[in-house]
Amino acid sequence: MIRHLLSGADLDAATATQILDTAAEMATVAGREVKKLPALRGRTVVNLFYEDSTRTRISFEAAAKRLSADVINFSAKGSSVTKGESLKDTALTLQAMGADAVVVRHPASGAPHRLANWVDGSVVNAGDGTHEHPTQALLDAYTMRSRLGRLAGLHVAIVGDVLHSRVARSNVLLLSTLGAKVTLVGPPTLIPVDISGALAPGTDVSYDLDAVLPGVDVVMMLRVQRERMNDSYFPSAREYARRYGLDGPRMRRLPGHAIVMHPGPMNRGMEITPEVADSPRSTIVEQVANGVSVRMAVLYLLLGGNNR
Amino acid sequence: MAYPPAAQSSPPRQPSVKVILAAADVSRVVDRIAHQILEKTQGAAETVLLGIPTRGVPLARRLAARISTFEDVTVPVGVLDITLYRDDLRRHATRAVGPTELPPGGIDGKRVILVDDVLFSGRTVRAALDALSDVGRPASVQLAVLVDRGHRELPIRADYVGKNIPTALAESVKVTLAETDGADEVKLYGGAPA
Repeated sequence: MIRHLLSGADLDAATATQILDTAAEMATVAGREVKKLPALRGRTVVNLFYEDSTRTRISFEAAAKRLSADVINFSAKGSSVTKGESLKDTALTLQAMGADAVVVRHPASGAPHRLANWVDGSVVNAGDGTHEHPTQALLDAYTMRSRLGRLAGLHVAIVGDVLHSRVARSNVLLLSTLGAKVTLVGPPTLIPVDISGALAPGTDVSYDLDAVLPGVDVVMMLRVQRERMNDSYFPSAREYARRYGLDGPRMRRLPGHAIVMHPGPMNRGMEITPEVADSPRSTIVEQVANGVSVRMAVLYLLLGGNNR
Repeated sequence: MAYPPAAQSSPPRQPSVKVILAAADVSRVVDRIAHQILEKTQGAAETVLLGIPTRGVPLARRLAARISTFEDVTVPVGVLDITLYRDDLRRHATRAVGPTELPPGGIDGKRVILVDDVLFSGRTVRAALDALSDVGRPASVQLAVLVDRGHRELPIRADYVGKNIPTALAESVKVTLAETDGADEVKLYGGAPA
């Protein structure tokens, strides 16, 4: 078993499948009267968040607590970080407190990799800069598998700001490992040059959403990050929505079984219209619930046994 | 599942092997436990059989099949995975979690009979009791095992025992079943030559 989860590329097909299978068992706990398992009793999980996040932090917290681990939440605001403490010193402090796992979100790409060299415990990347967010990719894969029954052979379109999206990067890596085909769709300014070759061979790029939609099983809409809107990646929000937003008429061009995903938080009316977000094809709420199960599986597989 | 399996995974070199129960014996023993369950529970009403993976599950299914042959009552069968409740999780590499499947009627207020292949230290059963209390509240809990090999480390006993096998700690008992291993047999490894 792996020791850290830093990248979608850390997982081979067998390990990724084991996580998804374990998550399926963890999901049954949510339906029980006692939503608690004793597997991580006496273990400490630190949520180290240098960036604002609600769903990811709460999801990891719920996952750790359902496995009976002790959870320490650390957010950069109101901590010694505002006094200038470095990531390394914070890491050593956590180490001294006996953290068995550190779940880290950081605005700098690669911060979790550095952290993994400084602490003895397991490090889980909960999003680093514009780099990776592997547990999001796992929960997306889990959602696809539970809705469509398989992953191998699926055609997945990832639409929007691929350039700045850690969700997209981790998804491309994981989905190609699990045998799905990915097409990245967006304006040319928001698709990195040669991303298909650099990340995973076989990944396609398209700048025309309407041409891609009829042939996909999954369409994953990425959030347009508002802070990018002034950076002239595209002329206007309205033009972006018209060319790359998913609305009712576009949704009806999808095959009958296709699902619509979004990692959240959504900009309703921008990349996705309320009609689509609230339709039965949308898995957005399911993704949140599945996130807890998948993170339970990850924490259990990293911390449950003696893997040192 | 003999507990802990990891300790038994490498039998000593040139082990002596003794067959304790052959296929026909296993089927007779299962029949007898089925009769005993019917007798002790006065007809097996409001009773649920829960198999502990791996080999407790096919045993539970066989018992239910025999009970319905003998007295025409249907006893629901389920699976109780105990992986996350084990007390030795941290001593081994992470174990894969298996499914827990409760019968549609649930277990609340029922008489639950846990079924396992070998009763050894009793730790598996302790884990099963913990797991059970998290998935429901049975009226009572009983234990049925194919083999009791002794060496209990906890105050646990079985209500139905297929065969008592006196063993030394160094020996190991291996149950194979047609459903999981291709053939029914109970063997004792590392025992004194017969």
